[in-house]
Amino acid sequence: MSIFVSMIRKETLHLLRDFRTITVVLIMPLVLLLLFGFAISTEVNDVKVVAVVERHTDDTRQLLEKFRVNSYFTFKGTVPFNEVEPLLRAGKADAALVLKYDGDRLCHQIIVDASNTNTAQTSTAYIEGVLRGDSEMPVITNTLYNPQLKSAYNFVPGIMGMIFILICAMMTSVSIVSEKETGSMDLLLVSPVRPRTIIFGKLVPYFLLSCIILVLMLLLSYTVLGLPFSSSVFNVIWVTILYILLALSLGLLISTLVDNQVAALLVSGVLLMLPVIMLSGMIFPIDNMPVVLQWFSGVIPARWYISAMRTLMIQQLPVSYVLTEITVLAGMAFAVMMLAIGKFNAKH
Amino acid sequence: MMNIRTLGILLRKEILLMKRNPFIPRIIIAMPLLVMLVLPLVVNLDVKNVGIAIVDNDRTELSRRIASDMSASEALSVKAIGFSYEDALSLVENGKADAIVVIPADYSKKLSIGGEVPRLEVDANGVNATKGMIGANYAAQSAIATLKKWMGEQAGVEIDAYGGSVVNLFNPTLDFRNYMIPALMVVLIIIICGFLPALNLVSEKETGTIEAMNVSPVGKFTFVLSKLIPYWIVGILVITVGMLIGWLVYGLVPAGNIVSIYLAAILFSLVMSGLGVAIANSSSTILQSIFVMFAFIMVFQLMGGLFTPVSSMPEWAQMVTYAIPPRYFIEIMRSVYLKGATVQDLWVQYLALSAFAIFLCGVAAKTYRKRS
Amino acid sequence: MENDITISVKGLTKRFGNFTAVDNISFEVRKGEIFGFLGANGAGKTTAMRMLCGLSYPTSGSGTVAGYDITRQAEEIKRHIGYMSQRFSLYEELTVKENLTLFSTIYGMTSNAIKAKTENVFRILGMENMKDAPVKDIPVGWKQKLAFSAATMHNPEVVFLDEPTGGVDPVTRRKFWEMIYRASSEGMTIFVTTHYLDEAEYCNRISIMVDGRIKALDSPERLKEKYGVKTMDEAFRIVARDARRGE
Repeated sequence: MSIFVSMIRKETLHLLRDFRTITVVLIMPLVLLLLFGFAISTEVNDVKVVAVVERHTDDTRQLLEKFRVNSYFTFKGTVPFNEVEPLLRAGKADAALVLKYDGDRLCHQIIVDASNTNTAQTSTAYIEGVLRGDSEMPVITNTLYNPQLKSAYNFVPGIMGMIFILICAMMTSVSIVSEKETGSMDLLLVSPVRPRTIIFGKLVPYFLLSCIILVLMLLLSYTVLGLPFSSSVFNVIWVTILYILLALSLGLLISTLVDNQVAALLVSGVLLMLPVIMLSGMIFPIDNMPVVLQWFSGVIPARWYISAMRTLMIQQLPVSYVLTEITVLAGMAFAVMMLAIGKFNAKH
Repeated sequence: MMNIRTLGILLRKEILLMKRNPFIPRIIIAMPLLVMLVLPLVVNLDVKNVGIAIVDNDRTELSRRIASDMSASEALSVKAIGFSYEDALSLVENGKADAIVVIPADYSKKLSIGGEVPRLEVDANGVNATKGMIGANYAAQSAIATLKKWMGEQAGVEIDAYGGSVVNLFNPTLDFRNYMIPALMVVLIIIICGFLPALNLVSEKETGTIEAMNVSPVGKFTFVLSKLIPYWIVGILVITVGMLIGWLVYGLVPAGNIVSIYLAAILFSLVMSGLGVAIANSSSTILQSIFVMFAFIMVFQLMGGLFTPVSSMPEWAQMVTYAIPPRYFIEIMRSVYLKGATVQDLWVQYLALSAFAIFLCGVAAKTYRKRS
Repeated sequence: MENDITISVKGLTKRFGNFTAVDNISFEVRKGEIFGFLGANGAGKTTAMRMLCGLSYPTSGSGTVAGYDITRQAEEIKRHIGYMSQRFSLYEELTVKENLTLFSTIYGMTSNAIKAKTENVFRILGMENMKDAPVKDIPVGWKQKLAFSAATMHNPEVVFLDEPTGGVDPVTRRKFWEMIYRASSEGMTIFVTTHYLDEAEYCNRISIMVDGRIKALDSPERLKEKYGVKTMDEAFRIVARDARRGE
């Protein structure tokens, strides 16, 4: 047992000595949280509008005044018609409102920079609303569980899903492989310490580091981010630990498959990180994807973890709502762990 | 300090090493395929199949019409029409519905009386932010359209007082992919020209070959240049593969001049590889350099206006984006591709990219130490 | 006599934090000499050599190599020396010929000179059939000969060899020393660190480093005589008796 403890101490010291990596690992979730909370928004709130007015009348002046005072618009003044396209092309305006008279009837044309389709459609709707004279929308939109969509804790499950793969799978596999490269692994393996002890000794510090991040993220969510506290926190913790174990097994598995650091990085980067970011539903909704990719996302552990976390942590529903997710995660953890240990034993 | 012959032989060495590396040539080909073919399918903000649970407390012809118009909508799919909010909420909790539409009691009556406009309520499941946000908008728009028509019929007049039309300039088919594809080429250069030089230099440190360079008379500028220049070539290769895929698979060709795209791509490859080398200079292990680079790349992708527009960010975040180089490259790519903008139109962006390129390559050269 | 001195060092010291790796060493090396730096692992040999090559700044002390100041003219020094480290500093993925061309171009040799010289090297080493093989595919002994050739192609004034023969068998080591002798006979000064005591016998003069200091400096014969022993091994044991660092 004392060999095990001293192994862990050695590995922990080794991990702590790389101050920069530790800082990145600890700071990254916080920065991501901040960015996701603010940067990911498709809200259109500042449409730069120019106007082309054929003949100024009281009506046109009144209309333009409405754009001037509306906080959704920045009114950039009136311009001649032939300047509209260059202005839109150079990005100096987002939309142009052309007002002209057909006899006595005031007609309008909205010319919008449609390169971003979402912004274009929303801007058009806003402009039409102002033209119609809507003072307020007849429909109000609320968000369940998350009063202002900006509440950053929504992104906590996704960030945790990613960060644990980063630490447990990528960092672990690269650090085990780097010992293989320098040959210090051979040194340990010829020592009387059992291979199993060596490997668990290597994994424990990463497990602890992940737990520290879990605690940090939970503290942050329940205090600063204002997520209501309830007993579901216990479910959050044990499901996360299950996921961490799964990620560690993945890291171990990768380390048995490759023998240099660059390969370990590429395998964990391309096979684990990219799918986590793209296909886990962390940023992009899964049911928006083509069916084939939806199936494919089924083999990504983070997909199940994030889905379970959203239910347990954000919606604070009981475990019975995430039985499928937990079963899949447990099954994956068991399978990968067996495979990794089997591969490792076969080699040593 | 600079020696052309030395630079030449060092470049030859870099390119030979790159060609013989078991991974790098594959990555240069596979990465564009992966990013350009898979990401547009994933990065799709055209939300479809938004599950709607309707709570109809009005139970009139109007409320039924709101519901049937929603079921007819392509983006929305009505999962249930009921009378209890609790039932609707449990559908959301089970993940079967994404938003709840509540039509209050006596809705049509109040509406026809006039005076204060009664409110329809749309509650979006905020857990899945994108889908909730956009889905709720769709539901609201659908309801507004129904209301508009209905009020028009009631009053017997056309609601649109003005005759009007909309021109969708630069992207007449309103295809969201046209907006994303030029930006995905930016992602490619961020990933490839960011990670590879960092990985390359730290690998030289770990294998010890860098020692042989440090003890030789190679000037540090020459050496750093030999690490940066190959990524011009890689950047050009990657952007070419990207443009070919854009053309062959998506039928998208730049409206503007290709030269202005290549110019921006070269500048941006320099920005990324300069950053990569600078990070590698201050890292002692591969893991360290990759983690620091990864942190930069995450920030670049989220803040560069790639997936969500910069103009949607809060004021302070918009200020921060001025310091994010991909912001300028993304603007250039989208403007040139869709709007046919020229270098003159975008001189600010080109200038900013050049400044970043000079600055970061300078930092890369400055922080490279031949002596410790 | 003055002009004969290629390396001259006075009070050279290198500290890392509060650890003194090299502690106030002074010595001189004559032109064409084979000068051995002997010591256990961690005695400070490599650190001292790195300062002479301009890879590391001295904390204090001064010195010249090939007439240039080691603190201020490091880049000048680099033009006039060759260096081979215990880790192979050749590019494993490049072929034998590509490696030689790379290094000799860096040292400013003309294309014609490079061509003639590489042909010569291949002939002397008997490597004609391997010249297009990647370095990673050739045996360790050959790699070392190749690294030495790469370090001496440009006829440097001084060649620094940092434990050049680590991990090879005695026969290969002997062959390697033949190359060193040949280079020395061509007028190059050889500065070599080693912890193999039999190699010390091949040097004209050796200095024994213990815990960052030079504890003895003389020809192998005189050292053996001084300590009244028959082999360098015994002499080294006496000198390094109270070493604290090392294995």
